[in-house]
Amino acid sequence: MNALQNPSRRKFLTDSTALLGGLVIGFYLPATGRAYAAGINPAKYPPDAFIHIAPDDEITIVVNKSEMGQGVYTSLPMLINEELEADWSRIGVESAPVAAVYNHTHMPMQLTGGSSSVSSSWEQMRQVGAVARVLLIRAAAAEWGVPEGECHAENGQVIHAKSGKRSSYGKLADAAAKLPLPEKVELKQPKDFKLIGKPTRRLDTPAKINGSAQFGLDVYLPGILTVLVARSPVFGGKVKRYDADDARKLPGVHGVYQVPTGIAVAADGFWPAKTARDLLQIDWDEGEGGALSTPEMFTGYLELAKQPGLVARHDGDAVQGLKAAHRTVSAEYEVPYLAHAAMEPLNVVVDLKPDHCAIWTGTQAQTMDRAAAARIAGLKPEQVEIHTTFLGGGFGRRANPRSDFVSEAIQVAMAVGKPVKVVWTREDDMQGGNYRPMWADRIEAGIDKDGRPVAWKHTIVGQSIVEGTAFASFMIHGGIDATSVEGAATLPYLIPNLEVELHSPKNAVPVQWWRSVGHSHTAFVVETMMDELAHLAGRDPVAYRLDVLPSDSRYRGVLQLAVEKSGWGKLPAGRAQGVAVHQSFDSYVAHVVEVSLEDGRIRVHRVVSAVDCGMVVNPDGVRQQIESAIVYGLSAALHGEITLEKGRVMQSNFNDYPPLRFSEMPAIDVHIVESSKEPSGIGEPGTPPIAPAVANAVFALTGKRLRRMPFGKENLA
Amino acid sequence: MISFYLNGKETRVDADPGTPLLWVLRDHLQMTGTKYGCGIAQCGACTVHLDGHAIRSCVTPLSMASGRKVATIEGLADTVLGKKVQSAWHEVDVPQCGYCQSGQIMAAAALLHEHPHPSDSQIADAMDGILCRCGTYNRIRAAIKVASGGEK
Repeated sequence: MNALQNPSRRKFLTDSTALLGGLVIGFYLPATGRAYAAGINPAKYPPDAFIHIAPDDEITIVVNKSEMGQGVYTSLPMLINEELEADWSRIGVESAPVAAVYNHTHMPMQLTGGSSSVSSSWEQMRQVGAVARVLLIRAAAAEWGVPEGECHAENGQVIHAKSGKRSSYGKLADAAAKLPLPEKVELKQPKDFKLIGKPTRRLDTPAKINGSAQFGLDVYLPGILTVLVARSPVFGGKVKRYDADDARKLPGVHGVYQVPTGIAVAADGFWPAKTARDLLQIDWDEGEGGALSTPEMFTGYLELAKQPGLVARHDGDAVQGLKAAHRTVSAEYEVPYLAHAAMEPLNVVVDLKPDHCAIWTGTQAQTMDRAAAARIAGLKPEQVEIHTTFLGGGFGRRANPRSDFVSEAIQVAMAVGKPVKVVWTREDDMQGGNYRPMWADRIEAGIDKDGRPVAWKHTIVGQSIVEGTAFASFMIHGGIDATSVEGAATLPYLIPNLEVELHSPKNAVPVQWWRSVGHSHTAFVVETMMDELAHLAGRDPVAYRLDVLPSDSRYRGVLQLAVEKSGWGKLPAGRAQGVAVHQSFDSYVAHVVEVSLEDGRIRVHRVVSAVDCGMVVNPDGVRQQIESAIVYGLSAALHGEITLEKGRVMQSNFNDYPPLRFSEMPAIDVHIVESSKEPSGIGEPGTPPIAPAVANAVFALTGKRLRRMPFGKENLA
Repeated sequence: MISFYLNGKETRVDADPGTPLLWVLRDHLQMTGTKYGCGIAQCGACTVHLDGHAIRSCVTPLSMASGRKVATIEGLADTVLGKKVQSAWHEVDVPQCGYCQSGQIMAAAALLHEHPHPSDSQIADAMDGILCRCGTYNRIRAAIKVASGGEK
């Protein structure tokens, strides 16, 4: 199953279609994809493949998305096989190399992110499967001398019912590969789906329960050295001088090298490298980063939140609306920096030769990483190959727009001159920046005599994630980073006077997308404020929202379903419920949570969740992703924060940055709204509404409004 | 030279006796199923069995394994119980990214060895030390119950 363990076999797939005589379907996207950069012509690139049919009927699907837990190694093969009609039990998966044919259908690069893998591959992968099926049927029809229309494909075979002839895909692949591609194929109607919509076990599970799944950290090459880098204790700091005499003397240490990010120690394995790194003496020129401390930063942010910012949304007149309101409420919110803290710390294996570079890593951003590696190594992108291993969690961290971990590994490889595995310790990973930005928000809102919201002024303060990156040109408009205001500027409630403003201060802390990006903070702010307005109006928070949501809004369906399944309002003593609903990545999620206090600490007992992500490819995958997104969001809501003191990150490992543990896990019920709409995102949309649902439940229980994350800091006893 | 029994096979390693067992398994023996997650016994990704007990190999020096039995995920299918745990994990489709799962499975197997029908609190005690960022905890509980022959 896990062919990732056999790089030579994978290489075959990319190099040749002929060696094994199998069928390779090269499928090119139309160049009309909406974000395709002008001048990109996929036909200029060597043809590549998504399907390989071996003579023994084993089928390999080459997946162009990174498997980081979200289930793409199952969902994308499901899309292909819905049309391919192969024997599902004979399907295996391999990761795609870097090539234009594997680009995201909406972007001129290979990238896994934005909860877009299924939605952006929905038509593409079914077409790939359909083209292959048509060719296999044609090959069989030609061989048998029967009309193509009399043949059909089923479970890995082409069948001519009239004559009873049948032949397996493995036997037909050779002939099919020689046929011209059909110009057009018809795709099945949803009512005819056999695989899409059926709960399907993950194809990667067997490898992940016997230790054979290969992550980046598991790659070993002959003569490879493990490298740990001592990086600046403050962001942007540079090495002034260093003394490595003691480190060099340690057995197993091969060398100590200065690289742009710090001092690299190369050794025979992690332990000597780590031990030697601990012996380095380094003086750092800290630069401006040494001045940063979290409390002062929040103070500055909250001051900014009182000033006019760039206008991200402007309906009516919020200032006049507030003046005219019957009652108003004003609130300030603080949301901290967060580390992604994937279970597998960052790591990169590099084998750099004068005219070639091979990289093994768990990356979400192959094209950007390849370009960065080529630039640094002085090679052409085609001379750099990236082997995408399984990712031990991604959550956005492994799609770094600056290619930070890959760039550094190339610099290390150039300095060391041997194959290297650059390993980040947990502490390196947690203190290495590229965090979800810290945010401060201010909302003033007002209701009229009937309790309806009539004015809403929301000011957001936080660093731009995309500024200075390749994404800026299409994600920043008029100075506004769309990811900074998503979920706030897109507030769905009918409020006549609505203003959303943004300040994007800069500092030395590198920031990055973190599961659900801007929504991870805006949902908390807007959904707790809506709850506050409902209470101000003396209304039930569910009925209040339904009153001010447009009648055709898809928010309504998930809100009503979650509430209905939750037993809203029926609770044992000492417990309370809270609700929140949010749209992100074109999907809608509502959570109803049930909480109590145990020794003054929040205990989340149960989450009842409803999701509308359009048509569902793998319902079990959808459930897994909602469960996962809830836990990820709960870890942040209850415990997660990265803080700075004099530029130093105060957290270092799971003892002081504690993710949710087994004993804290709530029961989770996931309900899926039936839909005939095209699929939308599922990896991230479950995260945003969990923090506000918890905060709203805590208010219902205690009367105390939680406006700062993480909630674990609050004294609720 | 230190020797121990790795998945039933006598194994000799030439490494500093203070080297954590985790890095002996990975860097010296290329047994990569056992994972590095934190290095300070906070996440449990490195969980292996030492004489049948679940331990954190990232803080266990090689010297402590001398002459003893070490079992890793790679050898789990050699035992009836191990097979049962893996099959339950497959049935419930537990893993997502999968990185923590070797540790989860080894911890669960040690629990089921000691308590063939563990209570909820015994499960929580045994599994609380193994972190999962993908949030597979409820499926882990369900799989342990399947493996113990109980209800999901």
